[in-house]
Amino acid sequence: MQNNLSVSGLADPAFAKPSVNLTTMLVLLLTAVGLGTGLYAFIVGHHHVYAVTREVPWGILISTYAFFAITSTGLCILAAISHAFGGTAFAPLANRSVYLSIVTIMSAFSVIGMELVSPWRMLIYNVISPNLGSNIWWMGTLYGLAVGCMAIEFLAILTARWGIAVAIGVLGALAEVGANTNLGAVFATLAARPFWYGAQLPVFFLCSSVMSGAAAIIIFTHLAYKIRGEKMSEEVFRAVQSAGKVLVLTLFLIGVATVWKLISFRTGGSELGLLAFDNLLKGPLSINFWVIETAIGLVIPILILVFSRLKSLGIMFAASIMALAGGFFQRYDLVVAGQQVPVFYGWDDLPSYLGYSPSMGEIMVVLGGIGLTLTGFLLGERFFGKVFTQTGHH
Amino acid sequence: MKDKHIGDNRPVTDKERRAFLKLGLKITGVVAGGTMLSTVSLLTDRARADELNLRWYEPSKYKPHYCMVIRQNLCVDCERCMDACVKTNNVPAYGYRTTIMEKRIEVSPGRFSVIFRPVLCNQCMDPPCVRVCPTMATHKDPKTGIVIMDSKKCIGCKTCMAACPYNARYFNEEKRAVDKCNFCFDTRLSKGEKLTACAEACPAKVRVFGDLTERESEVYQLIHQTEKTVWVLRPETGAKPNIFYLNV
Repeated sequence: MQNNLSVSGLADPAFAKPSVNLTTMLVLLLTAVGLGTGLYAFIVGHHHVYAVTREVPWGILISTYAFFAITSTGLCILAAISHAFGGTAFAPLANRSVYLSIVTIMSAFSVIGMELVSPWRMLIYNVISPNLGSNIWWMGTLYGLAVGCMAIEFLAILTARWGIAVAIGVLGALAEVGANTNLGAVFATLAARPFWYGAQLPVFFLCSSVMSGAAAIIIFTHLAYKIRGEKMSEEVFRAVQSAGKVLVLTLFLIGVATVWKLISFRTGGSELGLLAFDNLLKGPLSINFWVIETAIGLVIPILILVFSRLKSLGIMFAASIMALAGGFFQRYDLVVAGQQVPVFYGWDDLPSYLGYSPSMGEIMVVLGGIGLTLTGFLLGERFFGKVFTQTGHH
Repeated sequence: MKDKHIGDNRPVTDKERRAFLKLGLKITGVVAGGTMLSTVSLLTDRARADELNLRWYEPSKYKPHYCMVIRQNLCVDCERCMDACVKTNNVPAYGYRTTIMEKRIEVSPGRFSVIFRPVLCNQCMDPPCVRVCPTMATHKDPKTGIVIMDSKKCIGCKTCMAACPYNARYFNEEKRAVDKCNFCFDTRLSKGEKLTACAEACPAKVRVFGDLTERESEVYQLIHQTEKTVWVLRPETGAKPNIFYLNV
């Protein structure tokens, strides 16, 4: 096996065509404008650009950060399982998964970086004044560790140092799992917010990460071949089918978790928690919940995947788009619903649900994050495309 | 089985029934001048207090162990406490460290009363805000137990705001940090003052501030008297607050 690949040898000329160049420039522009809006918020003050309030301090930027971070974890886990155990049908997708895991976590960091009011203080005081009881601290530290591991892993993949790639990749995946469950615990350990509080969320986030990772790798693999104008090999198609199986399973599990969460809120417990869930069922978030989260995000993808028996690439692609869109709204609804019920409900004639809807500035930052992922994908296929078609060391 | 009056088998007469109802009205305060609200509250609060073990402050590792007792039904919503807080702690117009909430309740069919409840940071024994802060920008003062902010360490993640059971925190744009009540730690207590600005400004002495480790202190006496029920807000969150409420 070759041991010292030159980077130029990994580039894929099929991705250097004018239409791809133009698309890359457009998504790069979207990234610049979107994240530029976030930078603008630092200058004029976040409160002038973002719609979050004292009562709803976390909005779409937190949920989008969670969405990207969760997707990154899923991609990393799927790649690590394949790399570590070898011989799995998923192997042809593993290298692309590692790369996209890095890209999505960078998108997550970019969005949260625009959301934090003073992120530079984090770089200093996370180190010299750490709070080891804080899930935010662990999440940030472990995601930082994970991205470092994955960068080394990817470098090792590029240079065909498979032993290092596997070892560091597994470490990176463990860091991602730790970070992901801490992200769940950021919400799950807040007793002040009964809608979030409880043991379910960390596992729910982990399951969501595998779902999002599977959906993302199906989408980007399909796009990669579509843009190249190539037909997938049988081996790659089987790998996509393998991701499709994971997608069906995790979508089903998310559905089960959602149903039991609903039932548990209906069998007693906190009034605030029940009110929050009613926000989804029949409140301001009900269209999000029923139409996007449930119908588009869970039911339809499961049905079309099952009935197509994972034999159609187009259907797997469509199901993945729907699942990922549903996942995006799941994060949003979870974050917002947990805060919209006032903590002093019943006083001051407060409404059952405090208002929050994303500002244009917040939506721009979200689009910037999406743009960064798309840019990263296109550049990755162009400059490392050959690596993504390798099946590693198996 | 026939209707029976306690003590004999004689049926209750209309006169006796009227006398009994009149006595009931007197007890509930409807005839005696509208104190029904406080009587009802007292009974409700007593029942609640039986279920609550409020003594999480004993033994205290803080000296002084500052706390506040709010004599809720004395509050008339004059908001002088809020004004004093704003002036003393330079609180911007878009935020507040303390406020007064109100609720309209039906005390009897067709009769309503408005109750006021001052709220502020509960300076909890197990503050969720402190636990979640990644950089220890918010922490408990090791001497007094007051939950204070070290603004320069605040990264603006706002997790403390999400974690607070009492909506006691707001983001101060000028400080680029979350801000909250600190019992006037920097503006008054550290300069030798004995009371918070809100407690000093209250004309009805709703807010009683003091040291729980001093058995002679008014706060200790109020919390430990047996005639009135003492309660705290949102005890189910496990935050163990140091703001206690009672009706006088």
